[in-house]
Formats: sequence, C-alpha cells, structure tokens
Amino acid sequence: MKLKKIGLALLAAGVLVTAMPAAMAELTFPMLSYRTGPYGPNGTEFADGYADYLTLVNERDGGVGGVKIKAPECETAYNTEKGVECYESTKGQGSLIYQPLSTGITYQLIPKVTSDKIPMHSMGYGRTSAADGKVFEYIFNYPANYWDGASVIIKHLLDENKGDLKGKKIALIYHNSAYGKEPIRTLEELSKKHGYTLKTIPVEHPGQEQKSQWLEIRRDNPDYVVMWGWGVMNQVAIKEAGNINFPMDKFIGIWWAGSENDVRPAGEAANGYKAATFHGVGSDYPVFKDIQKYVKDAGKAAGDGKNIGTVLYNRGLYAAMLAVEAAATAQKMHNTKELTGAQMRDGMENLKVDKARLEALGLPNFAPEINVSCANHGGPGLAAIQQWDAKEGKWKLITDFIASDREVIDPLIAEDAAAFAKENNITPRECK
Amino acid sequence: MFYREAGDFKTSYAADQQTFPIRLDRHMVWGILAIAFFVVPFFINDYWEKSVLLPFLVWAMAALGLNILTGFCGQVSLGSGGFMAVGAYACYKLMVAFPWMNMFIVVILAGLITAIVGVIFGLPSLRIKGFYLAVATLASQFFLVWLFNKVPWFYNNSASGMIVAPERTFFGIPLTGANSPSWMTYLFCLTLVVVFAFIAHNLIRGRIGRSWMAIRDMDIAAEIIGVPPLKAKLSAFAISSFYIGMSGAMMFAIYLGTAEPTEAFGISKSFLVLFMIIIGGLGSILGSFLGAAFLTLMPVLLKNVMVNGLGWPADLAAHIELLLIGALIMFFLIVEPHGLAQLWRVTKEKLRLWPFPH
Repeated sequence: MKLKKIGLALLAAGVLVTAMPAAMAELTFPMLSYRTGPYGPNGTEFADGYADYLTLVNERDGGVGGVKIKAPECETAYNTEKGVECYESTKGQGSLIYQPLSTGITYQLIPKVTSDKIPMHSMGYGRTSAADGKVFEYIFNYPANYWDGASVIIKHLLDENKGDLKGKKIALIYHNSAYGKEPIRTLEELSKKHGYTLKTIPVEHPGQEQKSQWLEIRRDNPDYVVMWGWGVMNQVAIKEAGNINFPMDKFIGIWWAGSENDVRPAGEAANGYKAATFHGVGSDYPVFKDIQKYVKDAGKAAGDGKNIGTVLYNRGLYAAMLAVEAAATAQKMHNTKELTGAQMRDGMENLKVDKARLEALGLPNFAPEINVSCANHGGPGLAAIQQWDAKEGKWKLITDFIASDREVIDPLIAEDAAAFAKENNITPRECK
Repeated sequence: MFYREAGDFKTSYAADQQTFPIRLDRHMVWGILAIAFFVVPFFINDYWEKSVLLPFLVWAMAALGLNILTGFCGQVSLGSGGFMAVGAYACYKLMVAFPWMNMFIVVILAGLITAIVGVIFGLPSLRIKGFYLAVATLASQFFLVWLFNKVPWFYNNSASGMIVAPERTFFGIPLTGANSPSWMTYLFCLTLVVVFAFIAHNLIRGRIGRSWMAIRDMDIAAEIIGVPPLKAKLSAFAISSFYIGMSGAMMFAIYLGTAEPTEAFGISKSFLVLFMIIIGGLGSILGSFLGAAFLTLMPVLLKNVMVNGLGWPADLAAHIELLLIGALIMFFLIVEPHGLAQLWRVTKEKLRLWPFPH
C-alpha cells in the first residue's frame, strides 16, 4: 500500500508538472538541443548560437514584429526516444518550428510534424528528399542538403584536378547511421558521371574506434578521403589520418565534420584539413558586436560565451536567423502578430534572404542568397570549402560558394520523394 | 488488516490453482486492469502516450522476456537489443510484404521469427555458463545489428538505411503511422502486454517454468532428476526471444514508427533491459513491470520536475538526472538487493501482520 501511495503521489506530481499553461502572445521556437552525451560538445555550440541569436532579437528588437520569442530547451542527448519525448512535451505550447539537429530525430519527426502541422527545418541535415516541397509540406532543409554537399565536394575535387577525376580513388568514411548513409547514392551516381571509383567505409557509433578503417585506407591508398562524421568520430578520424600521414588537404569533411572541436585535438597534424560549409566562418561580422553588447555583456549568453564565433555557433546563429526571418515573413503575409504552425510554414515557403537583407542583419556575405518556394524546400544548394589553419587556429574559406550538380541531384530527389509519397499514400500537392 | 488471506477459503482444485489465489491480489489486479483498459484510454493524450505509457509497455514486454531467460532460467544474456532488432525488422518486412495482415498477427509472427533466431543464438548456452555466456550473447547483439546495417534487403534498399512503419489500420482506425489516435496504440500494446504477462505468469507456475528454475538453481542436479537441459535452456531462449521480439516490433511499429539499427537497438538497450530486471527483481513477473517503470518513467518524471517545475536549464537537469538515477539504483540495490519486487513482497508480509506485528 505504501508503495502504491508513493506511486500515486508521484503520478499526481507528474500530472501537475506536465499540465503547463499554453503560452500567450509569444512565438515559441522549442530547442531540441543536446548538451550531454557523445555529441554534446557539438550540440552545445549550436544550441548556444541558436539561443543567443533569439535572445539578441528579443533584447535589441523587442522580438519579431514586437512579439517576443520563447525558446524552451529540451535535452535530447542525440537520442531518438528522448527526441520524441521532447517533441511531445513541447508541441502543445504553440510551437512554430523544430530544429532537432539530428538526422535520426528528424526522420522520427517527419510524419509527426506533418500531421500536427508544425514546420520542421533540418538545416543541412535530415532527409535530403525533403527538398521536394510538393511531397514534404512541412519539412524544409534549405539552404543546402547532404547531396548538395557531396556534389560540391566532388566539384571541388574536379577543380583541383582540372576537371578530370577519371581513375581516381575516393574513399567515403561515414558514420554508420541514417546520417552517414545519405551521401552514398549521390556519390555513386557522380562516380558514374566522372569516372572515379568509390569505396565506402562505415564507422560504428560513436566512432571512437577506427583503427581498422584507417588501416584499410592506408592499404588502399585512395587519392581522396571524404568524411561524413559527427562528434567524437571526427576527432578520431582526423587524428588517425595524421597517424598514417594521410595528406590533410586530400581529406574533406561534410559541414558536420568541420568545426574547431574536430580539428583541435589533432593539433598541428590537422593543418590543411578541409570541410564543406554553407555559411561564413569567424566572428568578423557586425552582428557579433550586437551579440557582445546585448547578450554577452548583459549576462544573457546561453553558454559561457566561449563558443561565440565558432563554426557550429555560427551555424546555430544562422539557423535562428532564418527562423526569425521566416516568422517575420509569415507575420507580414498573414498580417498577424501571433502565428500558427501553418502560417509559419507559409513564411518559410516564401522566405527570401538576399544580399541586402544579410547586410541589414549584420551578416554581409555570410551566406548565399536564399529563395525558398512551395516546390523547392531545399534552397539554393550552394556550399563552399573551408580549410583549417592550425597555426592560427582558424578556419578559412578557400573557395566561393559552389553550386551543386543539379542535373544529378534533382532526379535523385524526385525519385526518393516519389518513393516516400507512394509508401505513405501522399498525393503531391500542386504548387503555383 | 488491509491485506490478509484469512477467511479466503478454497473449496475446489480450480479455485486453489487459479492465477491469483489470494482474493485481495485478485481484486487489485482486476482493478488495475479495469482502470488501464476503461479509464486511461479516455484521458490519454499524445504526451502520455509517446513519453510515458508506450515506452513503459514496450520495455515491460522486453523485461518480461529477459526475466524469463535470466531471472527464471539463470542464463545471462546481453543480446536483448539485437533480438529487439530482429523483432523490429521482421515486423517491418511482414508489414511491407503482407499489407492486409492484422497487426496483432504481424507482431506475434515477428516474435516467432525472433524466437527461432533466439534458439540459434541460445545454442552456446548448452556448453557455456555465466559470464562466458554473457559474452557469447554479446556477439549476437553485435552480429545482428551489423547484419541489419549491412544487408539492404532488410531495409528495402532505402537510401538512409532506416525502416519506416507504413500506416496500418485496425478496424478502420490507423494503428501505426503519425495519424494513429493515442488510445488506439495504447490499447493495442496494453492488450499484448497483459495477455502475454498472464501467459508468462502461468508458464512459470507450470512444468516448463519449474524446469527452468531447476536449471537455474543447479543444472547438474536438475539433469540428474530428469530435467533435460537442452529442452529447458532452448525453450527459455525461444520464449524469452519471443517476448523480446514482440517488444522490438511494438517499439518500431507502434511507439517510434521508424528505426535504425545502431541507434535504436544498440548495446545500451541490452544493458537497459538487464538493469530493469535487476532493479525490478530477478525471477519475478511483477519485478519486470516495476523495473521497466522505474527506468522509463523516472527519467521523464525527473525531467519534468526539474525543467518544467523548477525551471532549471535543460543540460543541468540532464546531468543531475543521470546522477539521481544512478544514486537511486544504488539506494534500492543496497536497501533491497533482490529488487523492487522483493520490496513489495516484504511490504505485503508486513501488511499481513499489521497492526499487530508481534
């Protein structure tokens, strides 16, 4: 009996706590972040950037169109079950946009957000074919997706080899999960077109053990190694590459394998390592002065302020900026201050961030122009290559933003989206 | 005073051998079931469904399965995650291949397929015991997850290697997929768990359960008195895997809707199930439920109290939650090394004598 009473008391406490009042006159951008677990160091930087930008908008501009943004944080630890729990616990609070920063959680939530009519923005991750807005009404992955990333990396290699990759050997070392497997199909298609041979080498989660993979790479001696890694896997891979003296400038990571966290542990050996990116690096943008003034100096920074200007912090900031811009667009379109998920979706579908707007936001030339439409949820698909300078401890952009190979990627997206639509009995909607 | 069997007379063998011989126990079980079946479905919402009740039911099923093997038959297994993966992938392949099939049948067939796989991986148990067997079953965990990653046939060549449960209906109401109402998925899982918990409870009391326990307590002695170890051990592996396979199928099809092998069915899941039965109580059906409840509901409760109730930052709460769960596990194991079920048993004993303990 005693136990039962305790149980009942606990249950009652649970009911009281979960029955939260709905938010009033606020825009809710729930943060499904992760600051713990094997991917915590990366998740923290992104979350700090995201939270700080929202704080900045609240403090400097008084919110979006005068409505403050609320960003309740929920810890997912990069775990899908916790991600679902976080989603269910926050979706009733008038949530407008989800950015889970995990391909696994994104896959999990795609059907759920669609039926709850809340948009989800998986910026540079998630399901690539979500770029097809006719099938994936509520899912967005602008400004670039994994297949763009793969294609841009290959284009960069083409540039380096005077447009000819025939007979070259390229190895893909990837996180053995939905995330890591995404680029394989594109790289295979591109290998048919450009005549290189592709070898895929999986690494098991979390990726601390890669001795055999790098032994294989040393034996095969590929011309280039492309990496789809995340978290500790990147650090280990870069260290191992250093150990086998693999030339770092022939080792290229996707944008999730290109942060300071990934290269610092390898020290000097990481010098010259390259990674793709879809936004600018460093903190030489006017917006960072505002962040210093309104957020950090005011003691409102999400973290300890050490992360400001890192690659992933910038990415979080960029994600938050796009969300805020979309909310502002939606407010204008529907002539309302408070938004619903469907209105937010319209805002995202009509999102335009051009050069002038970027400059006004204090981020001149930070990223390519974005033009989302009803049919194209994937944005421009441009990415640049950045290179690590170990002496200065800085990432540097070494190319302009390169366009991906649409002629290969578009059919792949259409094919995958059609397969999804068929599996789930979705009739693709008409786009004007 | 509250809990006693005095005056509870049995006048027939049937009454004496019923599943819950003590009247009060029986009434309590019926009461809980009545609330679970007839009250909860009217109040359930998405949050309670996806964060509290479904995880609890799914893990309770897995814990039941492992408890049969480890708690009753004494064979330590670290392969539960792999067997759940078998259940999930079997369920996916069946759902895709036979769209018309009733989901109850799909889940049970997925369990049967897992049972066959379980028997195969249970073969080493005939020669090795204890920690060595744990290591051997660990191999199944890694092999199975590797297999589902490696062979595209299992995930129908999807680009990401993920499996996604297509929408299936039950009497016209969606049961899987995003449009399924909460009460439907809840009742589906509840029915399966209740039915199979009842079956497990009776299996344990019967010949087969007694042969498992004989093997557990001393296998040589059991063999001498005529319990065939081959049959007993392999049947324990089969039935245990059957339960775990069903829980994997439910987890994939009903609870999560999508799965990828490394994340959803990794080694941490095997340990989680093992911890559930250790904390709940080895060799106890009730213990499986208590352990599953402790390890699935406690984190959710702590998170809600700390983040929503007290307004703490999410990362701090996540760290404290890990500490607290660890501390609670140690506390319970020190206070009662035989698990929560034993705690309940002791409470019952005390209640019988209350208020005159001497």
